[in-house]
Amino acid sequence: MSSDQPRDSITDTSDPLTSTRDARMGDGVDDRFNSRLREAFGSTPFILTKFDKFMNWVRGSSMFMLQFGIACCSIEMMHTYSVKHDLDRFHAGVPRASPRQADVMIVPGTIVSKFAPRMKRVYDQMPEPKFVVNMGNCSTSGGPFQEGYNVVKGAEEVIPVDIHIPGCPPRPEALVYGVAKLQERIANGESSPVTVKPYELEEFGDLERDEIVDKLAADIDEESLVMRYNWADSP
Amino acid sequence: MSTQQEDDTPDVDDAAPATPASGSPAALEALIEDHVLEREDHLNAPGFVIRADAVQDVLSTLKTEAGFDHLSCVTAEEHEDRFESIYHLRKYDDPTQEVSIIVPTSRDNPVSETAEPVFRTADWHEREAYDLVGVEYDDHPNLERILLPDTWQGHPLGLDYNQNKPQIVTFDEHKNPLEGHEQAADDSDTMFLNIGPHHPATHGVLHVETVLDGEQVADVNPDIGYLHRCEEQMAQKGTYRHQIMPYPDRWDYGPGGILNEWAYARTAEDLADIDVPEYAQILRTMGGELCRIACHMLALGTFCLDIYGDFTAIFMYAMRDREVVQNILEDLTGQRMMLNYLRLGGVVWDIPEPRAEFFESVRDFLDELPERLDEYSDLITSNEIFQARTVNTGVLDYETAKDYGVTGPVARGSGVDYDVRRDDPYGYYPELDWDVVTEDGGDNYSRLLVRMEEVEQSARIIEQCVDLLEGWPEDERDIQANVPRTLKPEAGTETYRTVEGAKGELGVYIRADGTEKPGRFKIRSPCFSNLSALKEMSTGEYIPDLVATLGSLDVILGEVDR
Ligand code: SF4
Repeated sequence: MSSDQPRDSITDTSDPLTSTRDARMGDGVDDRFNSRLREAFGSTPFILTKFDKFMNWVRGSSMFMLQFGIACCSIEMMHTYSVKHDLDRFHAGVPRASPRQADVMIVPGTIVSKFAPRMKRVYDQMPEPKFVVNMGNCSTSGGPFQEGYNVVKGAEEVIPVDIHIPGCPPRPEALVYGVAKLQERIANGESSPVTVKPYELEEFGDLERDEIVDKLAADIDEESLVMRYNWADSP
Repeated sequence: MSTQQEDDTPDVDDAAPATPASGSPAALEALIEDHVLEREDHLNAPGFVIRADAVQDVLSTLKTEAGFDHLSCVTAEEHEDRFESIYHLRKYDDPTQEVSIIVPTSRDNPVSETAEPVFRTADWHEREAYDLVGVEYDDHPNLERILLPDTWQGHPLGLDYNQNKPQIVTFDEHKNPLEGHEQAADDSDTMFLNIGPHHPATHGVLHVETVLDGEQVADVNPDIGYLHRCEEQMAQKGTYRHQIMPYPDRWDYGPGGILNEWAYARTAEDLADIDVPEYAQILRTMGGELCRIACHMLALGTFCLDIYGDFTAIFMYAMRDREVVQNILEDLTGQRMMLNYLRLGGVVWDIPEPRAEFFESVRDFLDELPERLDEYSDLITSNEIFQARTVNTGVLDYETAKDYGVTGPVARGSGVDYDVRRDDPYGYYPELDWDVVTEDGGDNYSRLLVRMEEVEQSARIIEQCVDLLEGWPEDERDIQANVPRTLKPEAGTETYRTVEGAKGELGVYIRADGTEKPGRFKIRSPCFSNLSALKEMSTGEYIPDLVATLGSLDVILGEVDR
């Protein structure tokens, strides 16, 4: 119907609006509560499911991302959030500025020695259950900068990671795919792999004493949190 | 026509009309004669080796008497027998007039005098030199590490650095790093506030340590290095011909792709004496300006994100327009962001077939652009609320801008009429018709205006390039000069060349050591210098204005930290 023709409802009838409702209901029982979900479960008004399963489904379908820009990949991440790619269509589009309101963290960029303790802290501040998506080669392995003296060889050295998305940078489509994969996994109740985390925040006093600890002993408080990088053991 | 610059030879400077004698290397040498140990010319400029205790003397003489008012970059490097700091000086009025001041120091005691009292910008540059190479500067106000954590051991770009040694990095949560500094101590009413490194307003991982007096900023100190990805080390590990070119894309990922690559290409082509065919120059120019538009759109979108607070319409509009640019760039280069399009001596490939289709998509974009820009003007610049937030906030005056080595849209917003594209011409820019945009306000508003007008100018340039490319005879489409497979510039040749990146003067210094990899590769990042002026712009203002100022500076942390 072209828009230059007035619609019937405007010109023709002045009946009260109930008539349309009647028309919609048709004869018999009002089926307006019959959602697709209801159909899926048959005629019974009860859904029998495990609470865990239900929660997993909910979790996967309503994700709050952490607004977390690190490097070049975050530009593509911004594109994924905004028009055209619009991650919101996949139940994951509202970036939260505070880690305490977020449950998925996309790590979009190179992690360097100075930043890793901060990232660990941001991760710790997120409430459980939480998930991590690695975006790009840098956060997977250090990417093009892997041989750098200051670059942590992947976010997995510091925090557990659920999904890796390769690319430098991955296209927005790839990020959307990665997030969809994560949702699938969550809905299936799969948890992230237990990873070995070589770099932890520790109190300086707890470190094993060796050459470098002795050297820094005068400058660093016993109780200061520190992260110790054993570059020689890095992958 | 050779598009390579002829002004490399220092002696053409003799012809400088205003102060004829002062331009020539001989005249310069006479000026600072007492301190000069020897001449050591670079390809781009005459170089003078001076004594380590005469740095301030020499630089201030050159600044006041010869007009070298722009300390573009400080390069430090370690040789087998000495440390060296190189001060790359030029003039804001005419950047083709350059001089390098080389300060050697012994290896056992690498101490030289600081240049900070003469040029404020030397503050950060020297801190970086200390951090990465290990040269120490006498009388420097705050000689601390700038990119690496304070507890780092060793200087990574030094010769005997062992990368496999463990390192310990501290995490001091709420410690006030300014404690004990005068500004905070004598006024007990102040409050310390950490902004970042994970904060939506800092555009990446910048950490701003602020001291507040009520709602006013009493002191501010940008703490950088959260994205220091060893770009210089990476470049020093790569071969000239192919392995370095992908890295510049990742300096300014705005995406300044082609603009950044050009900085490397220009320097390396200068070093290896390569001529670029005219057709390739046009392709470079067009691609570069497309990148500039994308960068400025990002700057505009995120700036409004800072001011209006959420993912609102303007941000989305800017992103929409960037998508179009990125599509064009993808057609041209094959990637959306990390373009890797330039090669030494040209570009990697020609316009994709069918050419007509490509040109049409560019023209479509250009045709729509004026309307889009009007829309932005309605939404942003003529919006009263926006004006209230940005006019007269974050003011950076003309002299301070120069003192801090500020360049690009930030400098032009403060009335500094300086654009490397025009003043030290390269590429196809001199043949085209376009203007350099300046504003006199020096505030956040002016900087935004400059960016928006520059988008128009870039569009003008692109349009002319498209016309030229379309009419170019088919058998003269040379996209690459003949460049040998391996490049081994002669040992000891040094050069420092700059281009106008999206954020300002982007420079690369290379010293060849006779192998196929650079001996020293130093990046002069415009954002780095621009950000160092933040303190001048924000002290005494309200904290929301600090956030606006950060936004209008348009820093890309990848480029600041490298
Ligand atoms: S993977 Fe590539 S694009 Fe992403 S942060 Fe690393 S270098 Fe940048």
